[in-house]
Amino acid sequence: MATAALARTSSRSAAAQRRRWAVVAATYLAMTALALLFCFPFFWTISSSLKTGPETHFVPPTFLPAVPQWGNYVRIWSAQPVAVWMSNSVLIVVATVPGAVITATLVAYAFARFDYPGRDFFFVVMLSTLMLPYEVTLIPQYIIYQKYFGWINTYWPLIVPSWLGGGAFTIFLMRQFLMTIPRDLDDAARVDGAGSFQILWQILIPLCRPALATVAILEFLRQWNDFLGPFVYLNTPELFTMALGIRYFQTLAESTQDPKTHLLMTATIIMALPAILLFFSCQRYFVRGIVMSGLKG
Amino acid sequence: MSRRQRHVLEAYLYMGPWLVGYIALTLVPVLLSLYYSFTNYDVISPEKWVGLRNYVEAFTKDDQFWPSLAKTAYYAGVTVPLGVVGSLLLAVFLNVKVRGTSVYRTFFFIPSLVPIVASTVLWFWLLQADWGPVNRLVFLATGIVLPRWFQDPSWTIPALISLALWASVGGTRMVIFLAGLQGVSEELYDAAKVDGAGSWARLRHVTLPMITPTIFFNLVLGIIAALQVFTSALVATEGGPAYATWFYALHIYKQAFGFFNMGYASALAWLFAVLIIALTALQMRLARSWVYYAAENE
Repeated sequence: MATAALARTSSRSAAAQRRRWAVVAATYLAMTALALLFCFPFFWTISSSLKTGPETHFVPPTFLPAVPQWGNYVRIWSAQPVAVWMSNSVLIVVATVPGAVITATLVAYAFARFDYPGRDFFFVVMLSTLMLPYEVTLIPQYIIYQKYFGWINTYWPLIVPSWLGGGAFTIFLMRQFLMTIPRDLDDAARVDGAGSFQILWQILIPLCRPALATVAILEFLRQWNDFLGPFVYLNTPELFTMALGIRYFQTLAESTQDPKTHLLMTATIIMALPAILLFFSCQRYFVRGIVMSGLKG
Repeated sequence: MSRRQRHVLEAYLYMGPWLVGYIALTLVPVLLSLYYSFTNYDVISPEKWVGLRNYVEAFTKDDQFWPSLAKTAYYAGVTVPLGVVGSLLLAVFLNVKVRGTSVYRTFFFIPSLVPIVASTVLWFWLLQADWGPVNRLVFLATGIVLPRWFQDPSWTIPALISLALWASVGGTRMVIFLAGLQGVSEELYDAAKVDGAGSWARLRHVTLPMITPTIFFNLVLGIIAALQVFTSALVATEGGPAYATWFYALHIYKQAFGFFNMGYASALAWLFAVLIIALTALQMRLARSWVYYAAENE
């Protein structure tokens, strides 16, 4: 009797086990299919970037280049001023990311650790700027820069805002993260005679590394990918960033008889690569930064 | 100076960068924009006060005002629900505790890292009607002839929607959902299991209610972002073909920096701001009936 009952339970649990395996397998299968679908555009871009000009316009299209044209990745640097655009983009990133990280941290510190009249008011005001469409400020900013500063066709309109808080979302993220660090640490340091800046620099910053990395990555992406800012403020091709350069190149690639699509795809890859590499090297911090800042509403 | 005064002074020093930035880059420009919206201004000659004429013109004379609003609403109305639901499903998927999910997470995240200019160029070639792989492959596999995405006015917006979904479904929004899902306490699931709830019932009655704040957050930000769609439309077809992707933000841009009607463009921008703020306020009101904040009930 006992053995029969035991056999029944174990066969039931074996069935449950099988069902669980089926669910896991189906999940993997669906995720893999979806992941492949998501990757196809990359595959196609890389493949196109290794083709010859005419090959990109074959009907029907070929999946892989007949002979991979690795030379495209050399030729691209001289076919268009890609090197100039690239160094312009790097310059802007180098000039803006530290500004956003530093000033957002300072402001977030005030929001998270100080108690002063107007704090909650300013916090609401800051968050409400997230709702404001950029067009409302872009037009008057352009006029101000043009009339009073002579900043049109310079990088100043792109750089200066990053040193003034770096945007509401960035400050919010840092503040949320700072709130998760116990205040006991500050208090202990204060008892030891540390000033507020010392507390920030020696106690909080080292604990904030995931958030700092997250903010830096987000700001890097924002600057590296920004199109509208450079598009409005920069006129001469020598000042173009990669984003503008790609668009400039695209209009050329379409208008000529001799298709340049393969080189356009090469340029696209070159532009996307730094962002992807950066993400891979900091992925660990990035996910933790978002999870730990409790950014979920 | 007392310790209290010193504390407040230090706070304002730390706040400094943002305060200066807020006044110089937001407050003053917003007020200037309001002023310009009542003027005719081409940047070169001094502005001329015209009262409400810009606003009246927008509602009555501008051929592209209502159509561009309608196209923007269409784009956002499809992109946001599909995008938010897609990100949520993906997050639920990736939250299942099986090995290798972080690899998949990376796969789905990468598209969001690609600069929008680059991804638009890429999409333009993927969906190219003659030698693009999508139309060709679908034709070879099923015999169906797909539309000429970027030449056919009725298919350009769907093409841009598919681009937006590819670029955003697995991005930061999905990571935020994952964070939300991981914040749901195991005890609730255990309690539901004891009560005999299957996995679907747990998702429906435990997970979803607990992450309504996250859904709300993503919905609000998603709508604000989608309504401002600009770069993809400009890079793909410059608002064409036949004004098919002439979204509202593009309309403002063209008025301001194409025709230098700064006054009129400011009026358009203000109408846009009012619309977005009203929509957000409406959502906050509606949220009371469906968003569940655990902390309030503790």
